[in-house]
Amino acid sequence: MTDKRVCGKGLWTTLAALVISIGSTGAQAGLRYNMTEGVTEVSRGVHDLHMAMFWVCVGIGLLVFGAIVYSMVRFRKSVGARAANFHENTTVELVWTIIPFAILVIMTIPAAGMLIKMDDTSQADLTIKITGYQWKWHYDYLDENISFYSALAQDSNAARQLGAQIDLKSVDHYLLNVDHPVVVPIGQKIRFLITSNDVIHAWWVPDLAVKKDAVPGFINEFWTRIDVPGVYRGQCAELCGRDHGFMPVVVEAKTPEDYAAWLEAQRTPKVESAAVVADTALVAAR
Amino acid sequence: MTDHALVHDDHDHAHGPDPRFFRRWLTTTNHKDLGSLYLWLSLVMFLVGGVMALVIRAELFQPGMQLVRPEFFNQMTTMHALVMIFGGVMPAFVGLSNWLLPVMIGAPDMALPRINNWGFWILPFAFALLIATLFMPGGAPAGGWTMYPPLVLQTGPAFPFLIFAVHLLGISSIMGAINVIATILNLRAPGMTLMKMPLFAWSWLITAFLIIAVMPVLAGAVTMLLTDRYFGTSFFNAAGGGDPVLFQHVFWFFGHPEVYILILPAFGIVSHIIPTFSRKPLFGHASMVYAMAAIAFLSFIVWAHHMFTVGLPLAGMLFFMFATMIIAVPTGVKVFNWTATMWRGSLSFETPMLFALGFVFMFTIGGFSGLMLAMAPVDFQYHDTYFVVAHFHYVLVPGAVYSIMAAVYFWLPKWTGHMYDERLGKLHFWLSTIGVNLTFFPMHFSGLAGMPRRIPDYALQFTTFNQMSTVGAFLFGFSQLLFVYIVIKCVRGGEKATAQVWEGAEGLEWTLPSPPPYHSFTVPPLVR
Repeated sequence: MTDKRVCGKGLWTTLAALVISIGSTGAQAGLRYNMTEGVTEVSRGVHDLHMAMFWVCVGIGLLVFGAIVYSMVRFRKSVGARAANFHENTTVELVWTIIPFAILVIMTIPAAGMLIKMDDTSQADLTIKITGYQWKWHYDYLDENISFYSALAQDSNAARQLGAQIDLKSVDHYLLNVDHPVVVPIGQKIRFLITSNDVIHAWWVPDLAVKKDAVPGFINEFWTRIDVPGVYRGQCAELCGRDHGFMPVVVEAKTPEDYAAWLEAQRTPKVESAAVVADTALVAAR
Repeated sequence: MTDHALVHDDHDHAHGPDPRFFRRWLTTTNHKDLGSLYLWLSLVMFLVGGVMALVIRAELFQPGMQLVRPEFFNQMTTMHALVMIFGGVMPAFVGLSNWLLPVMIGAPDMALPRINNWGFWILPFAFALLIATLFMPGGAPAGGWTMYPPLVLQTGPAFPFLIFAVHLLGISSIMGAINVIATILNLRAPGMTLMKMPLFAWSWLITAFLIIAVMPVLAGAVTMLLTDRYFGTSFFNAAGGGDPVLFQHVFWFFGHPEVYILILPAFGIVSHIIPTFSRKPLFGHASMVYAMAAIAFLSFIVWAHHMFTVGLPLAGMLFFMFATMIIAVPTGVKVFNWTATMWRGSLSFETPMLFALGFVFMFTIGGFSGLMLAMAPVDFQYHDTYFVVAHFHYVLVPGAVYSIMAAVYFWLPKWTGHMYDERLGKLHFWLSTIGVNLTFFPMHFSGLAGMPRRIPDYALQFTTFNQMSTVGAFLFGFSQLLFVYIVIKCVRGGEKATAQVWEGAEGLEWTLPSPPPYHSFTVPPLVR
């Protein structure tokens, strides 16, 4: 018995030390632990809904857990508590059925409004088609004749091999960087069409609060309107096989002028990009 | 016992256990023997699935690939889920139903003893098939336990073994469920009306109907996968006029009731333990029954909340969001009921009560994250992240698994006739509770911060929370060896248990001696 307890204490101290050391390194790195507010009107709305529901849960949790903890302290047999014998009370039972129901109905109203807004892909300024592949993305600017593949950046790919001796901190945005990011203008409503060439993938960028499955043989739609120029990173969010963890999404949002310049640069004839265009045309025709 | 056997050798019911070891355990039709077999099997599978979880957590201790290849990592996540759901939790609940239903309702045994034997002995073969896939060319299934096509169709030679194993597991579950329904509806003691029936029996009656309703749906779904792969059908292939998302609808029509199959018996167990250690009757017996029935009904109309991102029509998303949120109401009724039961009781905190309280706290946390996940527009951010992993592990590990452990500690003295080691039991509870929270609570944070699930490697900003999870997982995992030790020690001996065992215990099972006779109630008791 005694040596068991000593052993238990040793475990406790080791554990505490570990938690503290891990915790302190995290604090230094400016640890993210909550949903991003993102850079679109929708993503801010989603964040607000998330926080609202979180606080509703905290409120209910305080009441319920408070009542349980109070009972555990106040009504212990060891402090001489005698058990009452009450049970079944229709009024109480109605109250704790109707109040949660009312709270839920109130919560669904803004959620439904947000959902309706997110579902409306009409009147877009431009359309980009996304195709998922094992294990990369393909982007097709439908009105611009521009298309390209976007795969995990070379340095990340080298560093993620089993047993690679590369310092991950030296890698630019390890696992969240691609060779060709998808470039979009800010302030415009961008409609995305998404499908897949093989298995189901999902295209997700947390800062835009969009996540949609790429289903082979079907086309899904979603939209975003980005407020701030910047680089926004995400990942494939549907298990798609061996390298599911290694097909990031990188969106580069530029001002309309910079975007126009980028489009111009892409149009400069290049032998290989012409081949890619022809290839996509073939795919589309099929 | 053996005297009777000599006299009535043609009357099976008078026999004690067969003295020959293999004959006894292979051919037994006794509910206690089979209950023990189910529980031991589930303990073994719990440890096997736990090792797989530790492989996953070890690889995720730091960013970069250190231990396993991505394809093996995916095999581990897939097999961990299948083994834990179908091997760890479901057989444990069937084992508990075997041990407890006859003694709770005043019956000599289960109604269908041979089906009972068959239902159990399918399982070792099913798991042998499933685990054998790890050693096949191409390895075990790696497309996730949800088996979504087209990905699952890329599985190597393991594919038909996966399908066949799932079929066998389903057959076993259905036989267990039929047995439960037949037992409860036919073998209750005189005077025990349905509304007087103990809540564990109620929870299992409802669970059994859920199993019978949805296991054939799963069988249908995986059979369609099989024919798509080998017989040229195109149920899930758009090129042949099918739809990959159809599989998800069918799968989750099974899958959502399945999660209630994994939690309803837990509700029943906790509804026995909390009144016992509060020394006060359950606040609302009838409302608990209605709440479970409501949850069971609602579980059939919420399945697409697992699929908000697949491109559902707006009306569909709105409906499934509303329906899902409504489930919180009957679930809340249950939690409020347990709270009201403790209110002004006379509480003591033996190990079963600790696990039951742990269940109420942590299951409720899982319920809260479930409520957040139900909101479709926000689910786009949560879906397929570690937030979801945190959510369902909170309802399954400190939820379902804690209820099983609470049940084992609660009824082990009844089953074995010995008290378990209370001090070690409490140590087991505290180590497990620290471990389980250290494992799964940080997953809320890594998920919200943007870490997708089912990835073998991650970006550097997720390191801190993953390290916490890994440390917690090893603590929780190794604490379970203590559980194994406590159970074995209690089976082998210990302080003699009285018939009632616990001061506040009420119910027919506590009127039998500890351990109960081989055939429980040979004369039906009268219930008033």
